[in-house]
Amino acid sequence: MAANTQDTAIRTSRLARAAIYAVLLVFVIYYLLPLFVMVVNSVKTLDEIRGGNMLSLPQIFTIEPWLKAWGTAQIGVSPTGLKPFFANSLAMVVPAVVIATLLGALNGYVLTKWRFRGHDLVFGMMLLACFIPFQIVLIPMATVLGKIGLAGTTPGLVLVHVVYGLGFTTLFFRNYYEAFPTELVKAAQMDGAGFFKIFYRILIPSSGPIIVVTVIWQFTNVWNDFLFGASFADFDSMPMTVALNNLVSSSTGVKEYNVHFAGAIMAALPTLVVYVVSGRYFVRGLMAGAVKG
Amino acid sequence: MSFLEIDNIVKHFGSVEVLKGVSITLEEGGFLVLVGPSGCGKSTLLNTIAGLESITAGEIRINGRRVNELHPSKRDIAMVFQSYALYPNMTVAQNITFSMEMRGVPKPERDKAVQEVGRLLQIEPLLKRKPSQLSGGQRQRVAMGRALVRDPQVFLFDEPLSNLDAKLRVDMRTEIKRLHQSMGTTVVYVTHDQIEAMTLASSIAVMRDGEVQQFGTPSEIYNDPVNIFVADFMGSPAMNLIQGRIRSDGGALAVALDRDGAEPLTLAVNGAGEGLNGLNGREVIFGIRPEAITDAEGADRTAKNVIQTECAVEVVEPAGADTFVVTRLGGREVIARMRSDTAVDAGSLAPFAFNMDKAVFFDPATEQRIA
Ligand SMILES: Nc1ncnc2c1ncn2[C@@H]1O[C@H](COP(=O)(O)OP(=O)(O)OP(=O)(O)O)[C@@H](O)[C@H]1O
Ligand SMILES: [Mg+2]
Repeated sequence: MAANTQDTAIRTSRLARAAIYAVLLVFVIYYLLPLFVMVVNSVKTLDEIRGGNMLSLPQIFTIEPWLKAWGTAQIGVSPTGLKPFFANSLAMVVPAVVIATLLGALNGYVLTKWRFRGHDLVFGMMLLACFIPFQIVLIPMATVLGKIGLAGTTPGLVLVHVVYGLGFTTLFFRNYYEAFPTELVKAAQMDGAGFFKIFYRILIPSSGPIIVVTVIWQFTNVWNDFLFGASFADFDSMPMTVALNNLVSSSTGVKEYNVHFAGAIMAALPTLVVYVVSGRYFVRGLMAGAVKG
Repeated sequence: MSFLEIDNIVKHFGSVEVLKGVSITLEEGGFLVLVGPSGCGKSTLLNTIAGLESITAGEIRINGRRVNELHPSKRDIAMVFQSYALYPNMTVAQNITFSMEMRGVPKPERDKAVQEVGRLLQIEPLLKRKPSQLSGGQRQRVAMGRALVRDPQVFLFDEPLSNLDAKLRVDMRTEIKRLHQSMGTTVVYVTHDQIEAMTLASSIAVMRDGEVQQFGTPSEIYNDPVNIFVADFMGSPAMNLIQGRIRSDGGALAVALDRDGAEPLTLAVNGAGEGLNGLNGREVIFGIRPEAITDAEGADRTAKNVIQTECAVEVVEPAGADTFVVTRLGGREVIARMRSDTAVDAGSLAPFAFNMDKAVFFDPATEQRIA
């Protein structure tokens, strides 16, 4: 009798499982289809795209569109390809991520372990910064950048992204350090360690998961940002996203879809890499925060 | 002049008063043990001495110098935290030497210190591990080690042995005593363990709700408790506290204890009776420790006032070295500590010897000692 019910339980759960997998498979295909279309069409000749089916595999495989998108395609007025803008994006994203993460960690450390009168208020205001829409800050930000002489430069963009990201990075680290035992800080104080020694000898080495979460978050946001890039960058500091838009929208004559596809994949690749490399830490980090917090 | 002076300190957490005017003094090289129920403010007091919590009022002096405003790292104090507070990212060895590293002690010297402490605390095989790979007792010993590598003015220990097994705890207790004798460093030590308190302390402070109830030598605390709380708190099994009445038969004072189905038991009070004069007929709490109630042969031969009498035995609990015999007086269970080979049976009458030299009396209303 008991064995019997168990048997049906397993069978129904198998059925349910099959259904779940089927649904998941549909979703996977749904999400992967655009990527598939992009990849497939980025290695076809233009003739083949025009004449054929978007979903079919290439008859003649060519990497010509990739080379063109990277090195010779017309971006705005000059035929530079996306290469210089990829470099611009890197030069913007690396400092923006490093600085925002470090400052966020420092803020979280002070807001939890070196509390001062009004720390709640300060934190509340930083949280509020997370909810300010991009559009609102555009004009004041442009004014400020102009005043301090950073308008149209990569450092200017770094500054914008650091300021904008700080609310989130602070939130992440504050919540993580809130659960970090304060007695460790006290013990380190008694051992003779000062403010910064405690920070980089005790807290930072224990912050692996939250650092990964913050880096992924900040990297994705900064890399994918279009509005700030379009508003504050010159031609010399233009990030990848804006350049891609120029490639796609401003090229004269025939629309080279294969080149556009290749360029779009290039623009998306770094975030993809970051996710694949550290994605499992991302999940783990979120979990760790959830359980401890 | 005392070495560590805690002068009427008050500590508020928000609106809650956690320490309500604590005053304690300790001579150099002294060993102060803080005891008291959970939540009475022992850890808070340690934290204020260490400088990790600010104090609302009062003054703390170490070696004659006011340290209220002094940063924890400048007070030259080493502390073992109740929660160990080991650095999770460092190995045991790194944990132990972190303070030396911060003070710029060269590596060879640090390595030597780690080896010494490791041997002392029996954690040599663990030195390369991370704290997460240790058991509770091992972590506690590492926390001890972190304090012991330093040579501070004062050691603060917050229940450093509470997680060890019985044998290791006895070993470590002896080790701490030996260390204290050889180093001669002043120690403040929190424990819930009665034996630890009695064996280690040069003075004990019994705390309750943020106040010191009694501060004195272990023998004062044990033999001369100032109130019922202290009497009840120290000692295991606890002191018998029995409702009774004072009687005066032509000048000779006695205490009468009710018994079920029998005449009240009347015990003459001699010597100790000063404070009882003029209390004829008053209710009192009569306190006597289990070891002061024995079988007739087991009575203390040097005691001046031993009263023998027969009592009804309710329960007999052999405990190896002793046998605890329970009778009922004044409506409460009274425990007597008899020799292990005493032949008594539950439900029968047996001879009990009360050592009245050790008797103490409390006022039932104020709970304060009256004699
Ligand atoms: N940061 C704090 N904020 C508010 N109240 C606190 C804080 N720390 C401790 N308390 C309160 O102060 C009182 C004393 O705490 P403390 O930790 O000193 O007790 P304890 O005697 O060490 O107890 P135990 O034996 O359980 O360790 C407790 O009632 C506790 O709730
Ligand atoms: Mg405590």
